Amino acid sequence: MATFGSAPLPPEAAHPSHLSTASIAKLVPRHSAVVRVTHWITALCFFALLVTGTEILLSHPRFYWGETGTVLTTPLFQLPIPSSRRLVPTGYNYVLPDQNGWSRALHFQAAWIAVLTGLLYAISGLLTKHFRKDLVPSKADLSWRVLWNSFLKPVRFRRPNAAEASSYNGLQRLTYLLVIFVLFPLVIWSGLAMSLAFASVFPWSVSLLGGRQSARTIHFFVSVALGLFLLVHVFMVSLAGFSTRTRAMITGRAATHKG
Amino acid sequence: MIDISRRKLIVSGLAATAGASGLSVAARLARKYGLVPPDHGGIYGLGETLTYASQRLLMRHSLAREFPRSRISPRPFPNELAPLTEDFKRLQAGGFADWRLSIDGMVYQPASFSIADLKSYPSRSQITEIACEEGWSYIAEWIGVPLSHVLQLVGVHPEARYVVYVSMEPDTWDSIDMADALHPQTFLCYGMNGSELPVAHGGPIRMRLPRQIGYKNKKFITHLTVTNNLNRFGKGLGCVDAEYGYAWYAGI
Repeated sequence: MATFGSAPLPPEAAHPSHLSTASIAKLVPRHSAVVRVTHWITALCFFALLVTGTEILLSHPRFYWGETGTVLTTPLFQLPIPSSRRLVPTGYNYVLPDQNGWSRALHFQAAWIAVLTGLLYAISGLLTKHFRKDLVPSKADLSWRVLWNSFLKPVRFRRPNAAEASSYNGLQRLTYLLVIFVLFPLVIWSGLAMSLAFASVFPWSVSLLGGRQSARTIHFFVSVALGLFLLVHVFMVSLAGFSTRTRAMITGRAATHKG
Repeated sequence: MIDISRRKLIVSGLAATAGASGLSVAARLARKYGLVPPDHGGIYGLGETLTYASQRLLMRHSLAREFPRSRISPRPFPNELAPLTEDFKRLQAGGFADWRLSIDGMVYQPASFSIADLKSYPSRSQITEIACEEGWSYIAEWIGVPLSHVLQLVGVHPEARYVVYVSMEPDTWDSIDMADALHPQTFLCYGMNGSELPVAHGGPIRMRLPRQIGYKNKKFITHLTVTNNLNRFGKGLGCVDAEYGYAWYAGI
């Protein structure tokens, strides 16, 4: 049986570590099995996509708007990093090794697994009313003052209390909805728009984004946004107690003091 | 601690069996309908196969986007070339009059064509975008003879499945399936933006297939082999790039 050990807990849950979890707090269901399994598969894929995406980016760290763009045209912007291609002017006097082969393969494989996992999550979330129950904010959640306070609390490194840690506040709900229903679909769409074969069947998928190079630039910015989400997410988890929250996402149960 | 009931065990056992047999049926169907790429082995085989199979099912006959003449990129970017070989330079000095494109394999009449021969066939042009896997892209007018026309001239065996194309650049060869080989936009390309195809862009002959990434559009084509089995070409992965980790199918 697991013990809390030195895990950071809300002060009211702090008990001598030799006591088992059952005697200090009831373990209540926190995350459903589908949420837990899809969370960790997505986490793994997300990591693979981030690493390989960065790697692919190194072969051409320039971004354009519109349909086309090469080193002979003016970029929208260029990242001040070295490149894995000799013909890209970077200001660095060395060229990084080419890793695009496996990076592309892993990028697309992870994308496939992430998309299929996401579909499973979305369908199950609709059927079990997970979105409506756990993620759609209530009217009261949506006042500017409440949202602002939800923002300030973690910014001031204040840990959530047990009641707050057992559910999501309005700001968290809005963020999750934004990630699940806006950023993920947008990163998939802009990624698919860069597939020449996909674009041959759905040409509007490219033109609606403003062209192939616009799709690539959007793909980059949405990925940066998702990367920032990941950082804030891990920060929030740490604030609420890294091992308790992580254990809740693995076993499905979280300690609560209310029981 | 973890309570597994007998019912749960039976249900998950049945689900696992159903899943496994479903997968094996899917694999057999995929092989039968030619939805498995030659580089399906290895740890990225799942992704390669899903991409190739789904795009083949969805995009066998679709046409790559074409653009109006006004959108042709003013300065097409010639990517880095390997140093030209002595053989190439000799042919170049002769204005490529002695360049030959030969076709063999599963064809009724193996043949060899000069550039003039290829230009004597109905010429087609397309204004399409070429996109490199690195991220850059440009639009150009590509002029050539559809590969399907040349394949028709030599007569392809009905059981043929792939066309292998070999470049004059050392260690450079590739292949495409018949869906791409017979696609109306797949050209043996000899012209660009109203003139001859420059050497920097693969002249005198370049494979042009606008539904796949730039590296499938091999330059300096000298030889085609029609086949139903890629195992005897290189390591059997369908192209030399796959031996360096790049996907055989590059529709994405």
